[in-house]
Amino acid sequence: MAALDLAPPQLPTVRALHAALRVSARVASVVALLVAWELLARSGLLTPYQLPRLSTVLAHIWSDAITGDLPFNTAVTIGRAMLGFAIAASGGVALGVAMSRIPLARWFFDPLVSIGFPMPKIAFLPVIILWLGVYNVSKLTMIVFDSIFPVIAATIIAIQGVERELIWSARNMGAGERELLWQIVLPAALPQIMTGLQVALPLALIVAVLTEMLMGGYGLGAAMMTASRFANSVGVFAGIVEIAVVGYALVKAMALIRRRLLIWHQEAAEPTA
Amino acid sequence: MTAGLMKMLLRYSPLLILAIGWELVSRLGLVSSDALPSLSAVAAAWIDLVRDGDLVSNGLSSLYRGGAGLALAIVIGGVLGILMARWKPVNVIFGPIVEIFYPVPKTALIPITVIWLGLGDGSKILLIFLGCMIPVTIGAFNGARSAEQALIWSARSMGADRIRILWDVVVPSALPELLNGIRTALALAFILLVASELITAQNGFGYLIGSLGDNGNYDAMYAVVLTVALLGFAADRLYQLLMHEMLIWRH
Repeated sequence: MAALDLAPPQLPTVRALHAALRVSARVASVVALLVAWELLARSGLLTPYQLPRLSTVLAHIWSDAITGDLPFNTAVTIGRAMLGFAIAASGGVALGVAMSRIPLARWFFDPLVSIGFPMPKIAFLPVIILWLGVYNVSKLTMIVFDSIFPVIAATIIAIQGVERELIWSARNMGAGERELLWQIVLPAALPQIMTGLQVALPLALIVAVLTEMLMGGYGLGAAMMTASRFANSVGVFAGIVEIAVVGYALVKAMALIRRRLLIWHQEAAEPTA
Repeated sequence: MTAGLMKMLLRYSPLLILAIGWELVSRLGLVSSDALPSLSAVAAAWIDLVRDGDLVSNGLSSLYRGGAGLALAIVIGGVLGILMARWKPVNVIFGPIVEIFYPVPKTALIPITVIWLGLGDGSKILLIFLGCMIPVTIGAFNGARSAEQALIWSARSMGADRIRILWDVVVPSALPELLNGIRTALALAFILLVASELITAQNGFGYLIGSLGDNGNYDAMYAVVLTVALLGFAADRLYQLLMHEMLIWRH
């Protein structure tokens, strides 16, 4: 690739300047959005109920943070989402591996996965409530039910895509089935499995928030719904800001973990846009 | 013909086994019929719901909300994504905003759309529009960005103006990724629709599920849940067929 790069080499300072400009342009547009919010709220075009001032919302978040409600609810929501995600990730990879290697497992689960994946699983929520109540177990069940499908699908595709030569040479060198799986197939399949996990993680958070909104209890979604029931629009807007920040942080953390885990893979050497 | 049918039967036989298992479990009284009414009872309830028109009328209001929100998202999101890919200023302004809204759990917007537009159709259409717009925009953006520069240059040298280049070169190159983005949006539309109707609605599938459940009419509740789930599945399959047709020129 480098040989094709015909652009004149840039001085490090110029490159740093470019990077700084890019970052400041991005920050500027977010700041502009926030300023526009504050100004629109102050303009009197909308009632404070329809759009409370950003400064009021931030003050509300700050007071929630001090009383300990915010850290507690954040911990509950993230904990629930991560636990569900962990179960979906390990179960999804295990099921994907089983479906790739055991014909009977493939025969049984293939139609279930292909029908279950595109279904709106949230429609089953009342059924889950009927069976398991409105507490932690039913919320976790919904999270796993929703986020396991992309992991299964990605694992199957990833294992199909592992180069045959790699497997043949490992076999030739005397690798057993177990070694083959752990040392060759899974590492080679990891980039695509990670892609499935990167789809599953935001999904886990979405469902965590949604089940809290629908079933109540603790957590950011429940707190937001409570505010909504009392027509407390500052609380609702504070909730969406908190949930947005958590979502953003989780997605960024996942991308970081991907780069760390795949540092040996050629994709790490490619420039990330 | 019969060989193909046998193959289908073998492929989907696990579903048949599950259905028989379901019927047996509730017939034999292994679980209470409230928690799991038998499949035949659910089927009978479904026929009743279709007969007295409840399923159709609530389904139509859901279809209207989902269709309107999704259509808006496809048009506005598609245009925005292509503009972001072709004109830098648009990208500088909207790129970071899209990036920030991308990981926000869209269902969290439900109370806000209610604050803005109340409990009726408007708030649900806005919610579905906002939620579905993000994947469409990202698909259109990635697709349009991948349009080959050489094609654009040759179109320009042949005298095509900007609009023409956009329509004849950029849009076709963007199509595969755009269509994939719309597929994600389609799935999201179902989720947002059912979730918002479960929380607040006077009609629609979600409302029907909630009110049947509250009245302890579990046979009918199961019937509606399965209807929504199968509709979501069927919509995805139909869309895939359509996508295949639209991309057939790419061999």
